[in-house]
Amino acid sequence: MSRGQGNARRAPVALRLCVAATLFFVITPIILSILAGFVVNYPTGLKSGLTTRWIQEVWAVYGDTLARSIVLAFACLVIAILIGTPCAYALSQIRSRWARALEELLMMPVAVPGLATALALILMYGHFKGFRSSTAFILVGHVLFTLPFLVRTLIPAFANAELRALDEAARTLGANFAQRFLGVLVPAVLPALAAGALMVFTLSIGEFNLTWMLHTPLTRTLPVGLADSYASMRLEIGSAYTVIFIAVVVPTLWALQAGADALQRYFTKNR
Amino acid sequence: MLQPRRLQYVHIALLTPVATLFVAFWLIPAFNLILLPLSRLGVAEGLARYAQVVGNARYLEALFNTFALSLGVTLCTIVLSACVGFYLSRFCSARHRGWLLAVLTLPLSFPGVIIGFYIILLGGRQGVIADLSELSGGERITFAYGFMGLFLGYIYFSLPRAIASFAAASDALDKALEEAAITLGASRWQVLFDVIIPGLRETAIASAAIVFATAMGAFGTAFTLSAKLEVLPITIYNEFTNYANFATAAILSLLLGAITWLVLLVARRMTDAKGALL
Repeated sequence: MSRGQGNARRAPVALRLCVAATLFFVITPIILSILAGFVVNYPTGLKSGLTTRWIQEVWAVYGDTLARSIVLAFACLVIAILIGTPCAYALSQIRSRWARALEELLMMPVAVPGLATALALILMYGHFKGFRSSTAFILVGHVLFTLPFLVRTLIPAFANAELRALDEAARTLGANFAQRFLGVLVPAVLPALAAGALMVFTLSIGEFNLTWMLHTPLTRTLPVGLADSYASMRLEIGSAYTVIFIAVVVPTLWALQAGADALQRYFTKNR
Repeated sequence: MLQPRRLQYVHIALLTPVATLFVAFWLIPAFNLILLPLSRLGVAEGLARYAQVVGNARYLEALFNTFALSLGVTLCTIVLSACVGFYLSRFCSARHRGWLLAVLTLPLSFPGVIIGFYIILLGGRQGVIADLSELSGGERITFAYGFMGLFLGYIYFSLPRAIASFAAASDALDKALEEAAITLGASRWQVLFDVIIPGLRETAIASAAIVFATAMGAFGTAFTLSAKLEVLPITIYNEFTNYANFATAAILSLLLGAITWLVLLVARRMTDAKGALL
């Protein structure tokens, strides 16, 4: 609303300095890491020449983590949507004490540090060896941590008064619950669902606090592999790995974001 | 007709999958964690261990470090991101705002370990600051592995979400209020302190709570920096992995979890905008 016309006034110098410093602080390390991923020798700098050797080495050692993280994030997304959407609808409709208690419980994995949740999971279920050593163990942690974000985004969308009237109208016309849920309610909250889904994917792909505790040597994810490379490999390899992370994750997120925005525009136009 | 309805069978059916998942994989494991010192060590010794851990000077120091660091990071992040968010909303053309916001929120998806690595690239032994300080004739300055490294790293990963919140909140401010204040003869500072800052108060509290909670539980950044300053998540990790001291790790996790949860609870009471707290 205030966009565009703002240029009429120039920002105070102190404010502009503050913005410039923040921008510099955020960008500098990103650029440094990209450079470091392609130079032959980091301490010598660009003089030593450019190479893709480090990228290839990362691919050979950590290639599996990339596929696992993406599959994990999509699995987490699908589960969160399938169980989170009905839950958000129910929570938006009822004021019962049990529903409020569940809402509180949902927030706990976000409010309590991931390390504590991971420790609780391991000490409870760690002795089921097949489960402990599978990617499903990590998936459980990711769903616990990301689901609240989806549900919290959906509740206000489902609580919309206009939507309730629409739902009532469909009911008086004889539509059963399944018809109303899939035909009226879910399409109406699609933009919120897309925003929540994007959040779920973003959080899952970068999750480390839980995953570092829950992973096994055979179920390493991207962030776990990154931590390993920083601790045990040379700086150039760590940087090349970071470049791969950004090159894969950022375009994926931008594509998802573009999809969500298109959905949002489509629905505001047809309102 | 549009009143909130009572619990019906259909609602129970809709809630069951999530409720089952959270009870089985969060609530029961959490109770197990509380009782674990008692079940592993016996009731008397378990309770004694609780008292021991809570009174232990080294653990309390780690807790104090974590708390002070998180508090400082929260204050700095809120001030910085309020400035940047307000700038993006008021002094930026739509085009510039688009790319600025995209760049500034890029690190949203970065795990903490990447940010730890970034701090090493800036202030580590082979870092750019060390090179620059040597070039300008001084000693090689390294700050990555101490308090400063953690402080900057935590601010780095806290900024993106807070900036996005403040940009949205600044957009939603009612400009008519500011214009009315100016018409009535208020100075720029008066408008800032009496109109704009109160308008951003709710966002500030909600963002601060999230930043604080995230900082308290942050593990990846401190792990990568293997910092000399010990924070509680690292203590817990060491107790669990290196010393296999499960009872102590459980008690420390509960302590950290309880403090973080309490801070979020207080913040929520202060805003009474429930949905804002994410």
